[in-house]
Amino acid sequence: MPTLRDRLATNEKVAGWVFVLPVLIGIGVFLIVPIGMALWMSFTDWNGLSPPGDAQNVGLDNYRDLLSEPGVPRLDFAMSIRNNLYYVLGVVPAQTAIAFVLAVVVNQKFLRGKAFFRTAYYFPSITSSIAISIVFLFLFQRSGAINQTISALMPGDDFRLNWLDNAEGVLHNVLGAVGVDSAPGFLADNDIMGLSLWQWLSGPSVTMFAIMMLATWTTIGTMMLIFLAGLQNIPADVEEASRVDGATALQRFRLVTIPMMKQPMFFVLTIGLIGTWQVFDQIFVISSGGPQKTTLTPAYLIYREGFQNFSMGRATAIAFLLFVLIMVLTLVQRRILRPDRD
Amino acid sequence: MTVPPPRERTAREQRRAGSGPFRPRAVTSAPPLEERGQPALYRIGKRVLGYAVLAFFAALFIAPFALALANSFKTRPETLADPLSLIPGEPTLRAYEIMARTDIPRWALNSVFVTVMVTVARLFLDSLAGYALARLRFPGRAVIFALVVAVLAVPPIVLAIPRYLVLGQLGMLDTYSGLILPLAVDAFGIFLMKTFFESIPREMEEAARIDGASIFQTYLRIILPLAAPGLIALTILSFQASWNEFLHPLIAAPSDPDLRTLPVGLALLRGAQGESQDFPLLLGASLLITLPVALIFFVFQRYFIQGVAASAVKG
Repeated sequence: MPTLRDRLATNEKVAGWVFVLPVLIGIGVFLIVPIGMALWMSFTDWNGLSPPGDAQNVGLDNYRDLLSEPGVPRLDFAMSIRNNLYYVLGVVPAQTAIAFVLAVVVNQKFLRGKAFFRTAYYFPSITSSIAISIVFLFLFQRSGAINQTISALMPGDDFRLNWLDNAEGVLHNVLGAVGVDSAPGFLADNDIMGLSLWQWLSGPSVTMFAIMMLATWTTIGTMMLIFLAGLQNIPADVEEASRVDGATALQRFRLVTIPMMKQPMFFVLTIGLIGTWQVFDQIFVISSGGPQKTTLTPAYLIYREGFQNFSMGRATAIAFLLFVLIMVLTLVQRRILRPDRD
Repeated sequence: MTVPPPRERTAREQRRAGSGPFRPRAVTSAPPLEERGQPALYRIGKRVLGYAVLAFFAALFIAPFALALANSFKTRPETLADPLSLIPGEPTLRAYEIMARTDIPRWALNSVFVTVMVTVARLFLDSLAGYALARLRFPGRAVIFALVVAVLAVPPIVLAIPRYLVLGQLGMLDTYSGLILPLAVDAFGIFLMKTFFESIPREMEEAARIDGASIFQTYLRIILPLAAPGLIALTILSFQASWNEFLHPLIAAPSDPDLRTLPVGLALLRGAQGESQDFPLLLGASLLITLPVALIFFVFQRYFIQGVAASAVKG
């Protein structure tokens, strides 16, 4: 005869499975099956309209078109990688640095109003990305609030930068300012994936730069909260002890605060990196990939190829390449920056 | 000679003495401990600098919302000529009157319906699964938890087309169930609830189980009430996430305008307006999207902050 303990254990086995079953079905139907189907789809020419069963198997053609075959798809993909790379290189350091500084300032004991400032800084992070993009679309108009503010700060100068329809690369502009306004021979003659090295070195376009500012503005709050939680985790007696030992404020910051912040720093960089490689909503509202494809990103390209150009096969191939890219970059970053947990 | 036994000092006495958990606020002009020995000018200087930095960034984060609000009450020519003034020259409700006559109320209702259904479904599914993963011993538990964590790592944009494909096969494109069900599966919520259940002491449910209550009864009567703070946090976080969700409703209801949610409707409205944007209207609609989340945020702020802390632990 089974004991009470045995009966309870059997009940737990059954209940455990019953409790997780709905979620398992959901993960299966909306995650695992779709990913499997999409992997298969990336080897076909499905257009998204006809029944998927009619799609022809095209082998590796979709991947070849994106990576090695000269042509528009490869050029678009290369540009989307370039554009997003500059976006990541701009946004991740900016959001991390500003968030860190703000967290340190907000955490100062001699300053009051911590709750108010924390709220003000965090609010953009929880607001709809579409709503924020519309607001920035308005602010960045040619006669808009941003240009008018800059004009007011520079007396006698009527600042009218065309932010939102400006394909000029920021690095090209900087080089132009020091007299380099056309490509040196070897940069123009060599290319990677059909895009000349000179084009790879363009920097973000002015329009992309505006979107980068918007993205930085939106994400600082979340990053700041993570840093703030880390700062508040530093035991008070460690601070106290270093003070008693006669460490100056600067020494305490360098020798106590910075080492204790490795874990939050690693987390902020990880979510920053993963998030910035998926930028989509802001591009959709503000620029639709333009001007001259300078705000095309892999995420937007997936949408455009799939739902506007009806090349679902190619779009899923881009999706898998993006997935691999994000995974590889995350692992590389983990290798380089992983703090020791002990 | 008898010595009276030592008595614990009351909180009030501790406060007066300046020891214990209650430190007195600086009543006199003597600087706090950590600032002793610093010249007065330096102490004032660093305060001025600190507040200057804080105020500058506060202005930077608040200004766009303030400008959006002000400009939604301006006429179209005024938004173009004078976007910076916070007080409209000729205040008008034109934008809001137009909003009432367009599809925006319909989109708002869709948003409310989808958000509420997704949130209810997540509360139910995530707490059940989170409880099983935290407490019940069953074969395969570790594998299922690993699966949930792996799901967290798949970027939503990568899932967009696969989901479109499956929704099409299931005949769920352009339906409310297609808008709701995929969002109801939510790995982060499971993770959040699992963490929360693990923080509840085991004794109470074990007592209930020995007394003969079934696992489901124990879960419903004992565990869920104890988990109320976790459930509130989950409610708020999933309300915010599904209210703001853009990509999924964009692909799940591609051809039925009656099924658009507010973010999708607004993004497509902006696209349809081309170069001649009706900014008072667009800004008013943006504020409409912002308002519910703002209200919830200001009331339940600490739950949002908990959510960030929980996600930081996950990393």
